[in-house]
Amino acid sequence: MIRPPARSIRLIKLALQSAATAVIAGFTLLSVGCGGDNSSRLTEPEPVGGPALMRRLTEAQYRATIADIFSPEAPVLARFERGLRSEGLIAVGTSEAGISSFSIEQYDAAARGVAEFILSEPRRAAFVPCQPSSEVTFDRDCATRFVTHYGTLLFRRPLNPMQIQRYVTVAELGSQKLDGFYAGLQFALVGMMTSPQFLLRIEQTEENPDDATLEQLDPYSKATRLSYFLINSTPDQELLQAAENGELDNDEGLAKHVDRLMGLPRFNRALTAFFVDMLEFDLFDDVAKDTEIYPAFNSDVALDAQEQTLRDIVQHLNARDGDYRDLFTLDRSHMTRALGVVYQQPVALRSGWEVVPLSVTGNRLGIQSHISFLALHAHPGRSSPTLRGEAIRNVFLCQEVPDPPADIDFSVVQNPSPDHLPTARDRLRAHSTDPACKGCHKVMDPVGLALENYDGLGIFRRHEYGARIDTSGFLDGTAYEDALGLAHALRNHPETPRCLVEKMYRYGVGRDTVWDERAYMDYLIATFKQNGYRVPALMRTIALSENFFAISPVARISDEHQFANHGTGQPSNERGLL
Amino acid sequence: MNKISRRGFLRGSLKGAAVSLGLPLLNLTLNESGNAFAATGQRIPVRFGTWVWGCGIIPELWIPENTGTQFTLPAHLEPLTPYRDRLAFFSGFDVKLDGVPNKPHVTGCLGLRTGIPVPNRKVAAPTLDVLISDQLGGTRFKSIEVCSAGIQRSYSYRDAGSPNPSEISPLALYGRIFGEGFQDPNAAEFNPDLRYMVHKSVLSATQDERKSLMQQVGADDRSRLDEYFTSIRELEQKLALQLEAPAPVENFTMPNKPADTPIDSEIDHVMENHRLMASLLARALQCNQTRVFNMLFSDTASNLRRPGSSSTHHTLTHEEPVDPSLGHQRNVAFFAQRSMLAWRDFLDELSAIPEGDGTLLDNCLVLAHSDCSIAKSHAVEGIPAMVAGNAGGRIRTGFHMAGNADPISRIGLTVQQAMGVQVERWGVRGMETNRTITELLI
Repeated sequence: MIRPPARSIRLIKLALQSAATAVIAGFTLLSVGCGGDNSSRLTEPEPVGGPALMRRLTEAQYRATIADIFSPEAPVLARFERGLRSEGLIAVGTSEAGISSFSIEQYDAAARGVAEFILSEPRRAAFVPCQPSSEVTFDRDCATRFVTHYGTLLFRRPLNPMQIQRYVTVAELGSQKLDGFYAGLQFALVGMMTSPQFLLRIEQTEENPDDATLEQLDPYSKATRLSYFLINSTPDQELLQAAENGELDNDEGLAKHVDRLMGLPRFNRALTAFFVDMLEFDLFDDVAKDTEIYPAFNSDVALDAQEQTLRDIVQHLNARDGDYRDLFTLDRSHMTRALGVVYQQPVALRSGWEVVPLSVTGNRLGIQSHISFLALHAHPGRSSPTLRGEAIRNVFLCQEVPDPPADIDFSVVQNPSPDHLPTARDRLRAHSTDPACKGCHKVMDPVGLALENYDGLGIFRRHEYGARIDTSGFLDGTAYEDALGLAHALRNHPETPRCLVEKMYRYGVGRDTVWDERAYMDYLIATFKQNGYRVPALMRTIALSENFFAISPVARISDEHQFANHGTGQPSNERGLL
Repeated sequence: MNKISRRGFLRGSLKGAAVSLGLPLLNLTLNESGNAFAATGQRIPVRFGTWVWGCGIIPELWIPENTGTQFTLPAHLEPLTPYRDRLAFFSGFDVKLDGVPNKPHVTGCLGLRTGIPVPNRKVAAPTLDVLISDQLGGTRFKSIEVCSAGIQRSYSYRDAGSPNPSEISPLALYGRIFGEGFQDPNAAEFNPDLRYMVHKSVLSATQDERKSLMQQVGADDRSRLDEYFTSIRELEQKLALQLEAPAPVENFTMPNKPADTPIDSEIDHVMENHRLMASLLARALQCNQTRVFNMLFSDTASNLRRPGSSSTHHTLTHEEPVDPSLGHQRNVAFFAQRSMLAWRDFLDELSAIPEGDGTLLDNCLVLAHSDCSIAKSHAVEGIPAMVAGNAGGRIRTGFHMAGNADPISRIGLTVQQAMGVQVERWGVRGMETNRTITELLI
């Protein structure tokens, strides 16, 4: 069937904000409102399913996987290239990204480093599951056990006899040529770690017992999807065991393992990975600030700024089981001394983290007023209401703003000299007179202008070039006076939870949603609301739903959706000149 | 079958072998025509590279006066005077959009490099440097990508899903080329490391998975897997080279490890990192570590900036008013001129290395280009381009050619032909051409 492109849907949504809101409200009435019983259980719509995917491990997943299979001390000596971002998420890009020869070079170096580490003399006893008959000649049985053990963990499923044979042969050749049993094992391991079954999560399917037109992930692919979703790492032995036993095919077994994974400390790692992706923290690699203009900026501040936001998120969402929407109005935050300088906030601890009010003077609320947001979406030497406005729309509300036309002459409408147009609002106002610009700037700028009290690094200010900054505006019908008002408007925006739900699901399945999944999205949103906008509960709902594992044999990601923001990390070069 | 016999061969050979070669290096001489080493009979290889700078030119300061060989260099090209006869200048060649939306700084650059303008980053890969690297091959690295402006991106794509990332630090570039795995071509003794042999056979084993995996996945994923296996094969070939004694290289000295320099987009840092990386790249080309490179001096939406300034080169192109006394944007001109100074630095590094009876530059073909002509309007008409070096005698330089709105794919076509790619027609729609620039070819 023909699927209307989701992007145009979102653009329409942008234009018809209130209509979209009405849809949500209408749905809620139908499904939850009946009888006013808040505890009524919503029913999951019939599974739809997308294509089976082939997803490349992200850097964080690769590192976590190595740490979990071998040891956190095992060195990963590789330089990873930046992830491909598609549909606003690197998680979706992993289903499109290729593996260049540079990447193979790096994966190979990482594999050799790990193999050398675990098979080094002091460590081999702990890592090899058997004692070879001799260290200089080849012990086939022990090599087979080694290959079987690590092969299953690395490939996330048992090896077939041919695969076992292949790597045992490599080990044999190595041990003969290099005169050592362990040297042979090293190369067998390098082989497995550079294999596509390790570097790519190649999903395999089986028939769906309830629906002949659908397929579903096979138990091992199921375990893999679950595990990377809930702990951002490879399935542990218990989960692989459950896949083998068929435990994941029944609701009870599945629930048992979902709850087990979510109870692990590593669940926080998964939560963090999702927000790193959603908040586009990979772009921090490109952030440079002019040190003459922003002397408080350095690489410690850049790192701390990201960690601050992530600590707040994990603490609020998981430790305190808080309402997702409250992230936009949090008034306390984790802080280090280095950050304190930028926030103009005294931090007692000389080193480490401390929870303090986000602002002593009460001029900040929520994660969108953090340095990690304000500095990331700004220029090296100044703030950018356009970049910030676009990021609020894109990141938190899932509203895409189209690229500007190619032939705009910006110098006609502005003069950056301070005496001419001192504040960004003055400079941007010029756009509103140009019909080619105003359509989009109307949706980006007012939101970004509300954050103009924070400079290009994020330091609070009231004036720009001597003129008082006007931060008032509207967010889709809600008026505000300043960034604090914007925080509440964003918190209460109906698209805020919907966007989180959509992103979380796309993140989990590694693709854009398909049109027929709208009913399932509505179900997730209604459930999210019913659960008080608790993110872990949302992840649990997704992980337990049939839709999450359903595969449609005919579904293919349409071309139009691939490579949306491909490779650049930045949606457009041209946005946010201001 | 190929794979089996190759591994069979490996099993049966080399065990414990240590090959010693005494190399009378200092006596190395060239044959009479100067294009091959007499000692080895090897021809001096021809290399290809691209050099990209962002945000175009100020036409009145860049486009040479007069065409043909009797041209004069305007202000921004003036620093290139020493290379006047080693360069061909191209003005007035267009990326033909034919209704394709112009994605600023992307459509022009990639249109020039693929012959197919696209409205987004769904690149119609491969780019021409990849097509040429497939032709040249035979070196430790198929190509090396470098960016001096602190951005990992490159405009080299084998497949739309995997741009070849750029090295951004001189130190990392040094480590990648001259660190682990580098074999001094002039070392008196060569001992093949058996580890390379075992390692190579591991990768051959990986290739055995190919067939069954290809059957498991859909068409899009097959092409991604195909790319994976191509990358694996490249690594295998690299290891195979490690088992052979490297061909001796005249006048090669190991470069010094560079200092850890600041990596960002401040113009002075960029110029310095560019010079350091150009020098390392030239040495890498000299000793056959690669035959293809892509140097990104500044990204197409150039982030270059001066310390203390709140604007970047790119933002300036849009915002800076034209200085009435100059007739152009003063600060934009600063960066446009710096770009040409950097280009001269690059040529200086290539020509500093003697090779045969000339220099390394003689045996290179470097295509330098930008992404647009006038950045303010993102014009893809008249994208500036230059060809430097003589590709071992295959290329004629020392002229300026006005394209008169010809498709810029003519340049891409000709360059590929000069590098031995069998192609007689290239590009799509308005970019499709079979018109070789005969002035370039000898």
